[in-house]
Amino acid sequence: MAIIVDLDTRLVVQGLTGSEGRFHGLRNRAYGTNLVAGVTPGKGGQDVEGVPVFDTVAEAVAEAGANTSLIFVPARFAPDAIYEAVDAGIGTVICITEHIPAHEMLRVYTYSRPKGVTLIGPNCPGVLSPGKANVGIIPAEVFAPGSIGLVSRSGTLTYQIGYEVAQRGLGNSTIVGIGGDPVVGSSFIDVLERFEADPETKYVVLVGEIGGDEEEKAARYVAEHMSKPVFSYIAGFSAPPGKTMGHAGAIISGSSGTAAAKKDALEAVGIKVGTTPTEVAELVVAAARN
Amino acid sequence: MDLLEYQGKQLFKQFGIPVSEGRLATTPAEARAAAEELGTQVVVKAQVLTGGRGKAGGVKRAEDPADAEQKAKDMIGLDIRGHVVEKLWIEEASDIAKEYYLSITFDRGAKQPLFMFTMQGGVEIEDVAANDPDALIRLHVDALEGYQPWIARRLVYGAGVEDPGEQKQLADIIGKLYRCFVECDAMLTEINPLIVTPDGVVKALDSKFTVDDSALYRHPDIAEFRDPGAADPFEAFAREKGVTYVKLDGSVGILGNGAGLSMSTVDVVVVAGGKPANFCDLGGGGNAEGVVDALEVITRDPQVKSVFFNIFGGITRCDEVARGILEALDRMKIEIPIVVRLDGTNAEEGRQILADAALPNVHVSPTMLEAAKKAVELAA
Repeated sequence: MAIIVDLDTRLVVQGLTGSEGRFHGLRNRAYGTNLVAGVTPGKGGQDVEGVPVFDTVAEAVAEAGANTSLIFVPARFAPDAIYEAVDAGIGTVICITEHIPAHEMLRVYTYSRPKGVTLIGPNCPGVLSPGKANVGIIPAEVFAPGSIGLVSRSGTLTYQIGYEVAQRGLGNSTIVGIGGDPVVGSSFIDVLERFEADPETKYVVLVGEIGGDEEEKAARYVAEHMSKPVFSYIAGFSAPPGKTMGHAGAIISGSSGTAAAKKDALEAVGIKVGTTPTEVAELVVAAARN
Repeated sequence: MDLLEYQGKQLFKQFGIPVSEGRLATTPAEARAAAEELGTQVVVKAQVLTGGRGKAGGVKRAEDPADAEQKAKDMIGLDIRGHVVEKLWIEEASDIAKEYYLSITFDRGAKQPLFMFTMQGGVEIEDVAANDPDALIRLHVDALEGYQPWIARRLVYGAGVEDPGEQKQLADIIGKLYRCFVECDAMLTEINPLIVTPDGVVKALDSKFTVDDSALYRHPDIAEFRDPGAADPFEAFAREKGVTYVKLDGSVGILGNGAGLSMSTVDVVVVAGGKPANFCDLGGGGNAEGVVDALEVITRDPQVKSVFFNIFGGITRCDEVARGILEALDRMKIEIPIVVRLDGTNAEEGRQILADAALPNVHVSPTMLEAAKKAVELAA
């Protein structure tokens, strides 16, 4: 099982001939992901280490049977790339690109959401189901397969937590980086819903950060709809208001979006929140061992 | 990126939203000249990126050009909530009969632009929302449908505006503000107060404007508004170097890789009883060039007494990062202690490389919390 990416994933990389796309696309393939195609307009007919390159996503779907797209194209072309994937009938679109204007993402989101497409990102590290498929830039070697679902707005912080879990002899069902932008395709709730339905996932770790109110909404969702234990870590307790902390979405606006408010909301529904990344790993491992 | 009042008003003007005539002044003499040129009574307004300037003496009406000069003299250099006044906006004075409020925010929770309008302007909108919520009309816009005239009708009739002349002008301003919001890639556009003069003219008396940093590449005119002098000098230097950096107020310099881990590093220093001096994200890599730039930015702040270097090696391996650190330290002179925590891919090799180099001011700690404690101790 696992969620979003697995053994049924047939991956097309949009931007496979660029340096990032090539490096990570081939890395994903080396991990065992079924990389079936690349798309770069004007480079149709070429190949990257045996992976056929097409001019359009529609061709990659028709000729190579792609069902999942990974987007590495620069910010100013990325909205077009997402629309193209959605309109070509791709069911899962994962966009790594950072710095897409928020208004563009608002339109992309409003367009793609009713179509039932799973959009992950932008400004995210991708999705990894250990032992099955890796789609994106997550360093798969630090994770092990297991029963802990991990969903996060941050990359390296997630790697740290997954690594600590693996060091303690446990592993993850799927790691989902939903992205650090103000508007991302999938929310915490979208991913929690899938973890709840996934028989392989027994525990969930939610890694949040300052900005917006997605963690608060997730807390309400967990209280009302989830049977599986959820643990959490929130970054940015010491962040000053009005400053963007690395991620475009990590900003306290006025008094809203603080780490303290998020922690309170999560704890109010019985979710244990770790003080450090190590502590949250310890909490979930202790629960899993019992 | 936050814009000053006069910059926001310049954009309003471009989109046809009525504003008063004004001139920018940075000296008392310029303020006087501006008042003479405008030929009316003027208001001298401090241009600072903070609220509450009226109460702090940052908005004053001047009787004549000589008075404008005097008011400007009093105001330049004034500290308003930590912002020193350097620029003044000298504007034609307006008579005010009524004060309304109009804004559009980028509601990331709802993933839609949000209009807010009330006839109770000129005060903090949070107070209106708390004390008289029915007077505040809130309306989301579908990003694909965009602005439609019914939106203005809902706002204007909903808030209870009865004068037909006002209704017409407001509808026009509401439509134009939406265009301005979308076409400028704004995260916030606010007019408070949106005034009605005694002779029934509606115009924007103030502006609050935030533009999406990720969209500045397609708004070179707005990007030019950025005043390097107005920013924190360390942050301005970081921007120059292309380093992601936020100045904080403590003594432990912080360098992490990735936004989340770097934020977490700042938090852990506080947990360890210390005061972080900054937030700094090295990004995905760990090459010597990036490390040199980041360390240069961090150690430029004289308050920094130690540096906590917190790295999780993923695709970038820790041994590469360790070599990057050594190369960086070889290329620059840093005497303050540096505590390095390496974890993840090839962490053991990385730690060994640093141990073998045996630099007197480089300390290697195995965990994040221990490293934080060490860095705090060394900064004391």
